[in-house]
Formats: sequence, C-alpha cells, structure tokens
Amino acid sequence: MHTNSLYQEVILDHNRKPRNYGKLDHANHQAVGHNPLCGDRLDITLQLENDQINDIAFQGESCAICKASASMMTAAVKGKSRLDAETLIHEFRELATGKLDTTHPHHLGRLTVFSGIRDLPTRVKCAILPWHTLHAALNSITSASTEENHDSAHAVVSSKS
Amino acid sequence: MSPATVSLKPEISVDFDAEKIRADFPILKLKIDGKPLVYLDNAASSQMPQQVIDRLVRYQTTQHANINRAVHYLSEVATMEYHTARCKLQQFINAREDREVIFTSGTTDSINLVMHGYGRKFIKAGDEIILTTLEHHSNIVPWQMLANEKGAKIRVVPINDKGELEVDEYEKLFNERTKFVGLIHVSNALGTINPVQRMIDFAHQHGVPVLIDGAQAAPHITIDVQALDCDFYAFSAHKLCGPTGVGILYGKAALLESMQPFKGGGDMIASVTFEETLYNTIPHKFEAGTPPIAAAIGFGAAVDYLSAIGIERIAAYELSLLNYATERLNDIPGVKIIGTAAEKTAVISFTIDGIHPHDIGTILNQDGIAVRTGHHCAQPVMQRFNVPATSRASFAFYNKKTEVDALVAGIKNVQKVFL
Repeated sequence: MHTNSLYQEVILDHNRKPRNYGKLDHANHQAVGHNPLCGDRLDITLQLENDQINDIAFQGESCAICKASASMMTAAVKGKSRLDAETLIHEFRELATGKLDTTHPHHLGRLTVFSGIRDLPTRVKCAILPWHTLHAALNSITSASTEENHDSAHAVVSSKS
Repeated sequence: MSPATVSLKPEISVDFDAEKIRADFPILKLKIDGKPLVYLDNAASSQMPQQVIDRLVRYQTTQHANINRAVHYLSEVATMEYHTARCKLQQFINAREDREVIFTSGTTDSINLVMHGYGRKFIKAGDEIILTTLEHHSNIVPWQMLANEKGAKIRVVPINDKGELEVDEYEKLFNERTKFVGLIHVSNALGTINPVQRMIDFAHQHGVPVLIDGAQAAPHITIDVQALDCDFYAFSAHKLCGPTGVGILYGKAALLESMQPFKGGGDMIASVTFEETLYNTIPHKFEAGTPPIAAAIGFGAAVDYLSAIGIERIAAYELSLLNYATERLNDIPGVKIIGTAAEKTAVISFTIDGIHPHDIGTILNQDGIAVRTGHHCAQPVMQRFNVPATSRASFAFYNKKTEVDALVAGIKNVQKVFL
C-alpha cells in the first residue's frame, strides 16, 4: 500500500475512536452544521461558563476527515477560553486552505496533520465543517451560512443557545 | 453478499475492440499522480473523442459566425451547420420533424422549458403531477416550484428494494386530476432502466402527457421518440461524448406550438413593437438569444460518432462490463451494491461497511480511479435506501475489464486503510 498523506494513523484513530462523541445534556450553546454537497451533518453541544469551554461534545453522520477533525477539535478546545478557541478556528481555516505559514508560531499542534487537505479542494469543507459549527455555537448564530469568500468551505450552520 | 441478489444476464460475446476505441479518446492517456487514469464517472459526464474535438476546432477555425441573421458567407455556413446538427439529432431520436428538436443548455434547461412553457400555461390549482422516486433533482425541483406557484400536487411513484419502479402503484395514482407525468428513463443513481413504454401508454390512456428525462438513457439505449410516443424527451450532449452547455428538448410539434415561450429575446420573435410581440415558429420560439452554436455542432458530431459504432453494440459491450463488475464487487466482503434492478445500464452504486463514500472517493483517486461519491442529485433515492450517500462507478464503452479489476483492487485498498 502506498503512503497516504491525508489518511494518517492519527486521523484514522480519531475516526475509529472519536473523542467527546455524543451530546451534552447540560449544554448552553449548540449548533448544527450541514454540508449541503454531501449531506453530512454535525451537532455540537458545549457548555460555556465565564467565557471558558467547560465541556464540549459532537455527533453526526460524516466522513472520516470530518469526524477526525471534530474529534481532535473538541479535544483541543476543551477547557480553553472562547478567545483561544476562536484563534484555533482561525488558524485551522488558514491551515486547511493552505494560507497558514507553519514556519511561524501557531497553536495547532497535532492538528497540522490536516495540512494535506489543502491539496484536495473538494475535501477542505469536510475538515472545516466542525470548526464552522463550533464558531456558530460560540457566537450563538441562530441561522447562518458559514460560506465565506476567503475559503472554499461550504457549510450551512444553524445554532441555538 | 450473495450474487443471487443481482440478476445477471448471460455474458454476451461482443465483437468490440475497446483498445481501438480508447485510442480515439486523448484524455484516457492521462496519468493521475503517475497512475493511469481509470475514468468511471461516465454517468456524470463522458469523455470526448478526437473526432468531436476536431469538429469543434474546424467550426471555430473556419466556420464561426452568428446564425440566422447576417447574409455574409460565414453566417450562412454557421447557420447551415447548426441546422445540420439539429437534423442529426432528429435522426438520432427518430423524431418526425427537425422543428421538434429544440437546442437547450442541457437536460435541466429542457425540463425547465417544459415546466415554464407547458406547465405554467396548462397546469392549474388542484391538478396532479406524477413523478417517481428515481427522479434526478432536475426533474423534481422545477415541478415543485410549479406546484407551489399553482397549488398543484406532486404524486410520487415508489420503488422496490431492487430500485425498480412499482408500476402497479404508478397506475393507481391516476385520476381525473392527473395532468402531467415526469419520468426518468434510466436512473442516474442506480442505473435502473424504467419500463417507459408501458408507462407512457398508460398515461396516454388517461390523456396525460409524459416528459421523459433521457439524460442517462440516450448514451446507452436507442431512442425512438415516435415508437415511444412520448410527448417530451430531454438529454444533454456531454453525457454522449459531446460538449457541455448544450442539450435538446424533443417535443411533439403540436404541443410545442401550443406552449408559451420560456425565455424572451432575439431570434424567438417574428416581429416586435412596444405594444406587441409576435413569436417565431418552433423551434425558434424556444431558442431566444444566440444559441450554443459550436456546442450544438459538436453535439451533432458526437451522435455521428456514437451512431457509427452503434448504440446497440455499445449497450451490449457495456452490459458485459456491468455483469463482470457486479460479479467482482459482490465477491468483496463488506461491499453492498445499491440498485439491483433486472434491467440496468452499466452503473454500480455501492457502499462499503463502515466507510464514508467521500473517503472511498478520495482514496480511490489516489490510485487514479475516478468515481462519483455523494447523493448523485437524487436524495429521495438515498432516503429510500436509508444511506446518506453512495459511491458510484459508471462505465462507458471505452472502459475495459482491467479497469474493473483496478476498481476492485482500489476498493480492497480502501478497506485496508480503514482496517
């Protein structure tokens, strides 16, 4: 089998055993992300207190890239402040669309495993969907399209809090 | 999975030189990341042979001008070539008259033309439109828009577990309110060939006109609109080795004449004042503005190419590919074929246990294998089989058995990655 730049063991592992999978009963922020192109759907529930993400969970129907991205994202933002989470969201979007200069300091850590996605424009949206959805949940966006001009992600997100 | 769930017709021995045919298609020589291209996304769009490419080049280098207007040499040549293309299409589907063939931008445009031209004029509140579960979104959404506008109702023909239409249920849907039937000839998602003849005949017994979406049928089945007696028939060039941006709508002349225009503009008029416009005769009434002249001429060359090989020979060869691929995929544990109709074109929609179609598509791509993944613009079909999406391998007459073998190896590799 040839080496696979995208489907690395860490991604496959998070796909097999997703962290923070499920739905929080005590959530005070939530959002649903849709990828209208493939029908994938992702629910994010989180508990935000004093601008800190105390707990977060996700569930949904999605591909391995999206599921692993969501799993690693929840692990990365749990316990972080809203501001730190927004920084990660921004950096991850830049990474996935090939705009992040990884030689400069950033906060993504192991999330850079997704850097290969930039070569697969049709899959960028899969990796970004959880992050768009988290952004919507944090900002209590009731109904929004996260389609933004500066990247190729397509996600329709609605949230309530 | 048991092969008994699929109806395999006897292998037809075909005198068909796929290698010789492949030589006509320059794109098939491409390598993707160093691997030979295995193009199995023909139901989405087929590739173009050199003969059609050459025709486009000849038009563009020696024949191009706008049509139907000027008196100069190039305009006359272009007008004549455009008309010739219409006549080639007329022959290809055995229409009675060339004016029954309208050039559109493609199947979707053709269906929207019928919705606006026929539907908005003749369908009223309380009327019913029959569609099927197998329809592509392009034959659902326009009718929903019309139903919402008029207060009409959509009735849907169900399918069985093999992906075949339940024709008995179709017949039960008819009543005095039934005013239109929209029917896909061949399912793009599953490959099911529908019994359109029987269904058209039944609709006509109730005086109901029928539109056939032939986008997936025209490349694989000989179309005779007079024998079918369908009222409308639509398909696109780019699924028949022709260019994108052009398709046709066939309509019976009397129906087309009774309809209102879809788009207003140049060429579709007989005379214009600010008080009144008199419309041109068919087909011009429905071809407002400068049409895709080059693409239409390429379309004519494409049907010439296919006709020279012979649609029946193409179908027989593709059936042998379908049977081989079905057998091979059924042998892979964890692979499930969705759509096992007795009558199919060479389309195999499948799922792999525990692996999302998009991951399948991406990993197959790394082996140079192009398949389609997603809902195939047929979400009702996906809902019927309770899957969000499938992977779809669709074969053309230039595919070969070794490419089926490459697909099988690719699928096994996908399973290995996710082990």
